[in-house]
Amino acid sequence: MNTIYNRFLGGKSGLTKLLVLAILLLVVLPLTMSVFRLNLVGKYLTFGFVALGLVMLWGKAGVLSLGQGVFFGLGGYCMAMFLKLEASDPISTKIQSTPGIPDFMDWNQLKALPAFWVPFKHLPISLIAVVVVPSILAYVIGLAMFKRRVGGVYFAIITQALALILSLGIDGNQGWTGGRNGITDLRTLWGWDIRTQSAQYVLYFVTCLSLIFAILALQWLLSGKMGKMLLAMREREDRVRFSGYDVSMFKVFTFCLAAALSGIGGALFVLQVGFISPSLVGIIPSIEMVIYAAVGGRASLYGAIYGTLIVNTGKSLFSESFPQLWLFCMGGLFIAVVVFFPDGLAGVVDSGSKKIGRWFQTKKNGSPPDVSLDNAVLATTGKIDES
Amino acid sequence: MSSYSASELYSIFIMQSFAGFSLFSVLLLMALGLAIIFGQMGVVNLAHGEFMALGAYTVFLCSNVAHNQLPGLASSYFVFAIIIAFFVAGLAGMFVEWALIRFLYKRPLDTLLATWGLSLIMQQGFRLTFGAREVTPTLPEWLMGSFKPSESIDIPINGVFVMGLTLLLTFTVWAFMYRSKIGLHMRATVQNRAMSGAVGINTKLVDRFTFALGCGIAGVAGAAFTTIGSTGPDSGSRYIVDTFLVVVFGGTSSLLGTIASAFGIAQGQSISGFFLEGTMGKVAVLLGIIVILMIRPKGLFASKVRS
Amino acid sequence: MSLPKISVCPTNRVLTAGFVLLGLLSSALTYAADFPTAQVNTTGLAITDTEVTVGQLHSATGTMAISETGSIQAEQLAIDQINEAGGVLGRKIKIIVEDGASDWPTFAEKAKKLLVNDKVAAVMGCWTSASRKAVLPVFEKENGMLYYPTFYEGLEQSKNVIYTGQEATQQILAGLDWIAKEKKAKTFYLIGSDYIWPRTSNKIARKHIENVLGGKVVGEEYYALGHTDFGSLINKIKLKKPDVIYAIIVGGSNVSFYKQLKAAGITSDKWTLLTISVTEDEVLGIGGENLAGFYSAMKYFQSLDNPNNKKFVEAFKKKYGEKSVIGDVTQAAYLGPWLWKLTVEKAGSFDVDKIAAASSGVEFTGAPEGYVRIHDTNHHLWSKLRIGQWQTDGQAKVLYESELIEPNPFPKGYQ
Repeated sequence: MNTIYNRFLGGKSGLTKLLVLAILLLVVLPLTMSVFRLNLVGKYLTFGFVALGLVMLWGKAGVLSLGQGVFFGLGGYCMAMFLKLEASDPISTKIQSTPGIPDFMDWNQLKALPAFWVPFKHLPISLIAVVVVPSILAYVIGLAMFKRRVGGVYFAIITQALALILSLGIDGNQGWTGGRNGITDLRTLWGWDIRTQSAQYVLYFVTCLSLIFAILALQWLLSGKMGKMLLAMREREDRVRFSGYDVSMFKVFTFCLAAALSGIGGALFVLQVGFISPSLVGIIPSIEMVIYAAVGGRASLYGAIYGTLIVNTGKSLFSESFPQLWLFCMGGLFIAVVVFFPDGLAGVVDSGSKKIGRWFQTKKNGSPPDVSLDNAVLATTGKIDES
Repeated sequence: MSSYSASELYSIFIMQSFAGFSLFSVLLLMALGLAIIFGQMGVVNLAHGEFMALGAYTVFLCSNVAHNQLPGLASSYFVFAIIIAFFVAGLAGMFVEWALIRFLYKRPLDTLLATWGLSLIMQQGFRLTFGAREVTPTLPEWLMGSFKPSESIDIPINGVFVMGLTLLLTFTVWAFMYRSKIGLHMRATVQNRAMSGAVGINTKLVDRFTFALGCGIAGVAGAAFTTIGSTGPDSGSRYIVDTFLVVVFGGTSSLLGTIASAFGIAQGQSISGFFLEGTMGKVAVLLGIIVILMIRPKGLFASKVRS
Repeated sequence: MSLPKISVCPTNRVLTAGFVLLGLLSSALTYAADFPTAQVNTTGLAITDTEVTVGQLHSATGTMAISETGSIQAEQLAIDQINEAGGVLGRKIKIIVEDGASDWPTFAEKAKKLLVNDKVAAVMGCWTSASRKAVLPVFEKENGMLYYPTFYEGLEQSKNVIYTGQEATQQILAGLDWIAKEKKAKTFYLIGSDYIWPRTSNKIARKHIENVLGGKVVGEEYYALGHTDFGSLINKIKLKKPDVIYAIIVGGSNVSFYKQLKAAGITSDKWTLLTISVTEDEVLGIGGENLAGFYSAMKYFQSLDNPNNKKFVEAFKKKYGEKSVIGDVTQAAYLGPWLWKLTVEKAGSFDVDKIAAASSGVEFTGAPEGYVRIHDTNHHLWSKLRIGQWQTDGQAKVLYESELIEPNPFPKGYQ
């Protein structure tokens, strides 16, 4: 019981954070927002999955990937392919030259479904693909890179190139992928119409619950050996290697984990928004996803969610009222977060609550509390780890 | 291939090689500035493309001034404009180094993000100042048209100009780095910062100057591009990934590596663009680069020093 | 921080103009009384006795902003003119402006906002096919009405969209016929940017060239949007020596493409180039001297010589500056609000179902392109095709004008 409390929920502070988030997402927002705005929040939360993955990869393991859009997109396209095939049954598409295939294939004079689309006629395969396809790609890339000790900036640039390759590849193969238009006009999931208002509510709650579950699962992972390994790798990788651990495999695992999370986010995105396009796969969205994690606090799981919500809400509101200013704000946000708030919102909240805590203690005890232990930890590890 | 006659094949070969060389000089021009900043200083400047755009916009402004105010300079302004672009971009680079980069030297990943933010700000600044439309300076007559060494071979003059400019710039940079005192200071600071400081080199100033130099070269690259395409607020972001790949592929610590890498990538892209269709040509080259990087992650000409 | 609900400046301008005129034109109120709101608005749209709200959804930022600025301006000019003349069914038009930011998911999101949140009576919007495809499900589900101004690939028809630009067969077939006859052309090299419109257009062009004109397509290639290096392509063109270069390059690549053509010596004295993607807007960026003598096939050119167009160009320049250029899409966007007004007046109601049905046969004789008529069944426009030859000053000399061409978005034999 104690283990579950500490490892899964994160102890007292973790439980507080969980409750705050849960109440916000599951109670406050649904009651106060119109279904249109709630659907938007649901969309932002799907980006939250990517942010969570980045917290693990970048915040905890110290590996920056600027190509998470690739995995988000792969998960999204897998789901979209299934939904599109369902919407392209021979009866609905009877005006096409070749009924039974998606409309964009017909316009591109394809006569039959390409081979790699066929498995996506089945829901179980598609669902598995959402998680597995990004993971396999991450495994291959990760293995090639991490085994050769490519890290840091090189890795980041190569992930950028990957994002570029995938978005160009999708753009350039209109017949197979829908090209620049993406895959649009998705209607039903196994007969259930995903466009109705009730469906949007259901999908919103599904996204929230999955997200919360993901946070808890990651917390459990981090509270064990994995967490210590990642922390040690981030701080002194060579010592971990000398101690006999296979650093590269840990990194590969984390990379695959981040990829799988992003894939799930992509699939949920498609269900809520109703289409996918290569504009979510390329360099710009991938770097934007990094800023969500950075604003929230790159090492904080809960922070990542808040960061995602804040940046996306700002983007929507600003683009409605001050479209010209938005890019300035976003650029400024990048710089501010990196230079002034490297620990993001979570860092601000943490140091703020610590100050308040100390203030209370001083009031109670009459003298300031002893911070020497904190300082000792700070000196040895470079930061006080509070996920 | 079999449908072309021998002389046609010969013409194709000449023109394709020239296209390859032309692309090579474009890539090298872009990568040179970045090789100095990234290769020598380890700073990742994702706003590099925007400094190129800055140079291009400077030429555009010079063109407007020349055509509206000083019509006598209409054909000769271009060379001056390039020089002005160098200084404008260089000064901007100096400012950026002072205001932002110098806080982030020990944190390369953070520099990456901060410079991305800078690029967004610069892009929007261009958009607000020059409009969302793409602009082109009015190019002088001597840059238009082509040489015709034979009936079926056309060598565009602006391609030759860009190549010439690249050659001049590369040589100047090499001479500067390896034959001048300031170049010596720059190389010393990169190799051993502590000792350089100890012998009296002002490393902070050297850093600022190196960054400014890289940005200035980017400005010249942007100025050269006005002969090839138009300039819009997001023109910079089109080239950034290519430029980084050229530098990373060649091995960041070697100028020779950058040159070789630009050559290889340019020829690869040119040839595959001829035989494959449009976009897929570019994808093929990018994939090739990634695969080679996976085999040799530090690039072709990686130096074997302790990191 | 409370954000104003009213949108950006141009709307404020329109609003002010509208209200001032409202105060002066009391007859408008009497007119509106003939059409009580409860009667003309049975679906809960944002309509009062004095005002009707429409939405405008274009890209004010991002890569498409260059192209969509003209549409935004034209639509606002049309709405200003309509308001000055008394509005629609006695009600002044109020615009809510949303920015699609050249991002299709954003277009879909904003479309939903306009229809579900703001309940606008109609939306003037979109430019690329991708943005239209992204918003189409939203319009069909929420039963909105979109006026879409760009010439596009066809293969689409919706109760909830009025297509004020030409569909592919209107632009392509007549253009190819003309150039084949004029230049006795037999071989064609097809080039395009890599997405649905150029690909579908070239598919139609190929079928027409091969089956109807008896010609041959010697090359067909596509390049990503934003691509700037056409060296290899130009070499291939030189080798194949086609009679006609048929180019559908879109966006910023145009500038690189035509400049490189000129630098390589491909100019109109020895070569023929026909394009369906270059309007006065693009020529402004490319530079008239770089494509002088090449041909465009459009339904509208700024240099069209008729009284409607003269008035239109004058009004446009007065509002937006003497140096303004007006391309085909800008004019088609101008048609949108006018066609909507005429349709609403014919239907006597703002309800989308009623105006969708009443659209059949609506004619607009005040169109700058001369005359247009909405087709009886497919929501596209009957319009003429013109061939213009570009001059060094950036304007086109109109060389040929067809009869009114029937829109046929699902052409048999071309699919």
